Amino acid sequence: MAEQTHQHRPPRPDDPEPTSDYHFLGLAMRELLIEKGVFTADEERRAIEAMEARSPAGGARVVARAWTDPDYKARLLADAAAAARELGIDIGPTRLVVVENTAEVHNVVVCTLCSCYPRMLLGLPPAWYKSANYRKRVVREPRAVLAEFGTTIAERVEVRVHDSTADMRYLVVPLRPAGAEGWSEAQLAALVTRDSMVGVAPALSPDAASSARD
Amino acid sequence: MSARFAPGDRVRIAGRDPTVHNRVPRYARGHVGVIERVCGAFGQPELLAYGGDGEPYQTLYRVRLEQTDLWPDYAESPQDTLEIEIFEHWLDPA
Repeated sequence: MAEQTHQHRPPRPDDPEPTSDYHFLGLAMRELLIEKGVFTADEERRAIEAMEARSPAGGARVVARAWTDPDYKARLLADAAAAARELGIDIGPTRLVVVENTAEVHNVVVCTLCSCYPRMLLGLPPAWYKSANYRKRVVREPRAVLAEFGTTIAERVEVRVHDSTADMRYLVVPLRPAGAEGWSEAQLAALVTRDSMVGVAPALSPDAASSARD
Repeated sequence: MSARFAPGDRVRIAGRDPTVHNRVPRYARGHVGVIERVCGAFGQPELLAYGGDGEPYQTLYRVRLEQTDLWPDYAESPQDTLEIEIFEHWLDPA
């Protein structure tokens, strides 16, 4: 019976206290800034909310336009910030490099030193992008890491890793999937995932996109 | 500011090991690659990290390296490459 087999595990703390000096330093700094009226707690909360509300939708619009308009793609590869502005997306002071996957080259992005990421176009980076495991391994065994994401790149295709070590941020234009001929930009944008713009996965196929909606 | 290197130039990333903050990962130090593009001039990370303004700015490049050169035991595909951002004061002609 349930009463005989049901055993409680000892409770685990679910709200750990600050653990490092840096964590305490950050909390102290925040309290001081609020006490001195530099900003209010509500302003801080709203700034966090706005940061977390960013999504990869901006990046997906840029890619979908590049898929449908070769002249736009050329401008995007030459000056990504100006090309994003054409679509009404202001990426601010971010210096963006856009790289294109082709039949010959597959691009994948990492920041081995920290977690540099084009947040204005992709939102917040996923946890795996910031993990030591991804950062250490994708530079020295990229195909093995891609395989763990379910992505196999043909041996004859060059895998090009981009280590975002200084002032540039990177966005990958994935290959346009087959079977989406004649689609509108908005339809195509729905095939462009965050992971495809980091380079760890292809864009969705039309079939995969429609089964995901079901 | 004028760039010392142009796309296609062969360069060696310095093998030095400074104790100060910098943005050159250890795995790339001492290796030879080719300038892929000139990115512009940016503040020096070694100075910015300690409250400085990063002046004088240094030209930043993207350098393309061969994976089989970076990792002697690289077991994937021989045409695979890696591109990395390196400041001019870390580069010598090769």
